[in-house]
Amino acid sequence: MRSMVGGALLLCMSAIAALAADGKDIAANGTSGGALPCSSCHGEHGEGTPASGFPRLAGLNVQYIEHQLESFKNGTRKNDVMQPIVAALSDDERKTIANYYADMTAPKAEAEPAAPAAIAAGAKLAATGDWPKGMPGCGQCHGAAGLGVGATFPRLAGQSATYIENALQSWKAGDRKNDPMGLMASVASKLNDDQIKNVAAYYESLPVAAPARSPETKP
Amino acid sequence: MSGNPIKPSTWAAGVVALAAAGFIGHMLPSTGTAPEQPAASAQPAKQAKSESPTPKAVAPVQETAAPARKTEATSASYTPPAESDIPKGPFGDMVRLGEAIFHDTQHNAKGFVGNDLQCANCHIDRGRQPNSAPLGAAYLLYPAYRSKNGHVNTFQERLQGCFRFSMNGKAPPFNDKVLVALETYAYFLARGGPTGVAVEGHGYPKLKAPGQPADYDRGAKVYAQHCALCHGAGGEGQKSADGQTVFPPLWGPRSFNWGAGMGSINNAAGFIKANMPLGLGGTLSDQDAWDVATYMDSQERPQDPRFVDSVTETRKRFHDEPTSKYGLIVNGVLLGEKSPPSGTINTMD
Repeated sequence: MRSMVGGALLLCMSAIAALAADGKDIAANGTSGGALPCSSCHGEHGEGTPASGFPRLAGLNVQYIEHQLESFKNGTRKNDVMQPIVAALSDDERKTIANYYADMTAPKAEAEPAAPAAIAAGAKLAATGDWPKGMPGCGQCHGAAGLGVGATFPRLAGQSATYIENALQSWKAGDRKNDPMGLMASVASKLNDDQIKNVAAYYESLPVAAPARSPETKP
Repeated sequence: MSGNPIKPSTWAAGVVALAAAGFIGHMLPSTGTAPEQPAASAQPAKQAKSESPTPKAVAPVQETAAPARKTEATSASYTPPAESDIPKGPFGDMVRLGEAIFHDTQHNAKGFVGNDLQCANCHIDRGRQPNSAPLGAAYLLYPAYRSKNGHVNTFQERLQGCFRFSMNGKAPPFNDKVLVALETYAYFLARGGPTGVAVEGHGYPKLKAPGQPADYDRGAKVYAQHCALCHGAGGEGQKSADGQTVFPPLWGPRSFNWGAGMGSINNAAGFIKANMPLGLGGTLSDQDAWDVATYMDSQERPQDPRFVDSVTETRKRFHDEPTSKYGLIVNGVLLGEKSPPSGTINTMD
């Protein structure tokens, strides 16, 4: 009995090790199916390339990452770069990658700091919104510190400003339709270009924190 | 940011019943069909088991009750001052403190809060948003006689009620800095408004009676479809990774208690219709709002701090109206019987 348990444990551990190795392998080398290595744009540790707008993936919610990958595939999130890459990934590979990045901790990628006035204006908008236009503050769903909530509301703290800007413009243009109840599309439609720039600058200025898999969200 | 315009309105007689309280915490009797099973039995648990699992529909509210305070029809206009109008100096500092308490009650009114809510959860945009019980519009209506406690209440006393019921905490003493700050903030937001007049957008909208009597089961479906994403399948709310509540619990031990105005289905329906889902206010039908409010207000929550003797007696004294489910049996549960305690002050942080 004891040896059986031990054997099962060992099997589990090696399975976990294999999963981790797979994720690392795909991130570094791509897949045999032709997917490009994630790290060439998202950084060796998933820290992203802020200036080019390639987002930080380290520490994002695992289901959130999976949902985005599925969305690239099914076209609810249009993106010319990601679409062919994800098309080359199997279902298992998508899950593996999502798990790999969700568990990563990476230091914040260096980025050119934005103007303090823009950051301050973004902070205000993130906290209190623009209710005369019917727009909630970003923090009302993404958390006051931008750490995200669950699988649906991604963390924004420490994310690339260029990425956030592009993402918001993409929501606004209708190139992204993978949100529940159209919540994000509705918010983005109410933002003007200055507000988008400011709020992106604010979130990029925040420190990154531990992975989103907090004790309460762990299975 | 500029203030939200709160337009004046012409109020038909009889539609001003809730003027006594500009925002949550008030309940008025209403006409309607009979409430479901009153909990008359001394052994409610046993009785509960034999009851039908499906609660009867709640009666919609017709605002026919005499207004606790007369309000005049008006055509005066009122726009709360902008944030940039807050003056420098001690008065302005107090306004800002009040705003900070409103926005982050958890941290700025510590010691008086007994759940995971913020003022701004039910008073959107830090108490500025019309149809979300805006603070300035409420200030204009005080002092006022309130049927809830049977005497003329000052604004500070009204604020105390918010802490005792909606925040499930304890009332700050009169002239405590928390109350002074909130009163000062409300006074600032009321600037330019007509005193004693229920301006348009005050309180929560009074929805017309639904086409079909409000229904718990339909409400559960609306909840699953439109609310659970943020507030959780069990109404428990959601936190971010740092443990801060982002989406408030709607029932259970960390939500408002049975004495809160939001526990009245008419208030909840009006709030939900105008403001929920957050950022998509006005998208639910009136029927959906009634149904989901009925569902939310048929769940167990902290005890009414005015509890006397028994659930039955407490219902008789404080909840004897079709808009409250307290003391009724819903899904085999006598609401109020196993309520978590009220007034459990937060000790964390």
